[in-house]
Amino acid sequence: MSGALLQVSNLETYYGPIMAIRGVSFEVKRGAIVTILGANGAGKTTVLKTVSGVMDPQKGTVTFDGREIQGMDPDRVTRLGLSHVPEGREIFPLLTVAENLKMGAYTRTDTVGVARDLAMVYEYFPVLQARTHQRAGQLSGGEQQMLAISRALMTRPAMMLLDEPSLGLAPKLVKEIFDIIVRINRERGVTVLLVEQNANMALHVADYGYVLEVGRIVMEDTCARLLEKDDIKEFYLGMKETSIRGTRRWKRKKTWR
Amino acid sequence: MDTILQLLLNGLAVGCIYGLVALGFVLIYKATELVNFAQGDLLMLGAFTCYMFVVWYGLGYWAAFALAIAIVALFGAALDATVLRRVIGQPQFAVVMLTIGLGAIFRSFASITWGSEIYTLPTPFSARATRLGGVTVSHEYVSIIVGTVVLCAALYAFFTYTRVGVAMQAASQNQLAAYYMGIPVKRMFSLIWAISAGVAAIAGVLLAPVSLIDINLGFIGLKAFAAAVLGGFGSIPGALVGGLTIGLIELFAGAYLPHGVKDVAAYVVLLVVLAVRPQGIFGAVGRKKV
Repeated sequence: MSGALLQVSNLETYYGPIMAIRGVSFEVKRGAIVTILGANGAGKTTVLKTVSGVMDPQKGTVTFDGREIQGMDPDRVTRLGLSHVPEGREIFPLLTVAENLKMGAYTRTDTVGVARDLAMVYEYFPVLQARTHQRAGQLSGGEQQMLAISRALMTRPAMMLLDEPSLGLAPKLVKEIFDIIVRINRERGVTVLLVEQNANMALHVADYGYVLEVGRIVMEDTCARLLEKDDIKEFYLGMKETSIRGTRRWKRKKTWR
Repeated sequence: MDTILQLLLNGLAVGCIYGLVALGFVLIYKATELVNFAQGDLLMLGAFTCYMFVVWYGLGYWAAFALAIAIVALFGAALDATVLRRVIGQPQFAVVMLTIGLGAIFRSFASITWGSEIYTLPTPFSARATRLGGVTVSHEYVSIIVGTVVLCAALYAFFTYTRVGVAMQAASQNQLAAYYMGIPVKRMFSLIWAISAGVAAIAGVLLAPVSLIDINLGFIGLKAFAAAVLGGFGSIPGALVGGLTIGLIELFAGAYLPHGVKDVAAYVVLLVVLAVRPQGIFGAVGRKKV
């Protein structure tokens, strides 16, 4: 288990009486991009929320950088260097773009470093620089997503949790955002845990993948090998297999069921 | 003409007090979505605390003023940390009952500690006036208006230009995202309570020389609540404009309309505005989106 920046073991999280996460374990190695795939309601967002401290687990541990962080308040988790970019962007709509970014650096006191990171963020997303003094609520969806990622970068995280960064964006923009995510990972050494419904995109940028179904991890492997698996192809990539006679095989069971 | 100017001046001064209390309502509501019906009673506590330091302990007016603000502000923060934080997420009704109850407790505390008589706070402005043409400009009223302007400018600068001020705005716009940025949201909320309570204390001390101090001074909070609704609950400029509107209407109604209309005039205007423009005067501008 050496080299794991984030380690989650036997995590169980409830919404009231409903068990959303049923004993999930996974790890993310330092410097890697890891993805969690899953359909609607599989529990992907809940996993991220439990890791970042918005939800408290009933059981299990979350270890980040050698420290147990389960049940910690989310602002303290952020201070430890784990930054969560939530689903639906969650920007501050009435603050300007510059103010939003400044809030990302709220915990930091190194003025020089903050200025350097601001320049870096504007270099990644030039469109934000043009909108510095606009209210964030007036940005387009794609720009808001860029702002959310930038704002998280401003906390200078060791690791980022990205929840559906492609949600509701045009395909061209999705490509652009994923390219930046890879660049952030390569250039800044930021470890990334990516949750996505766009499995094709996620599997191509990530190194390692987990498949989550109804609150359980049902499969894990390197992304290169996951891309080859029939179940992944059919159920997550939407590639339909045809038999020799040209008819579609239907009602196929997933191998893990 | 002179009468109108006179009424205008006095109305603005009274309106400023309503505006300040309304500001307290709005600040807390915007941040925590709680309506604090004890806001007026915090004003009363501020006035009494200042009175205590001046008359009982013989402190100077300004020192007593500063102490009163500090004590009531700290009290507000403590109130948030110990009591009100627990009701966030509970039905509004519970919050309303709780804060009304707290107000009653504050009033009995005041009557036990300071007695239920009517007191006068001696200030450097008391019973002094300058005559400008036909208008008597009483220094008490001027002190209220100047105090309000200075306070609003200071608050505006704080919320716009300081890191903590912007973080408070952020926390009230999107609490979850503020957590994700590492902003200590709970501490921000306590700070908001401290500011609101401090503003109420300032209003109380400014009001003291004009209206005498007694334990029911806090009922001014009801009119201030009307002012906050009039301005569009949740808008800070709205709270001030609402307060000024109600102050002016009250004074003019008192002077020109039959006896008794003065006390209901504010509410009549409130009803009319709500019927015509339910979101209040400033309600639509910059509404919080969740």
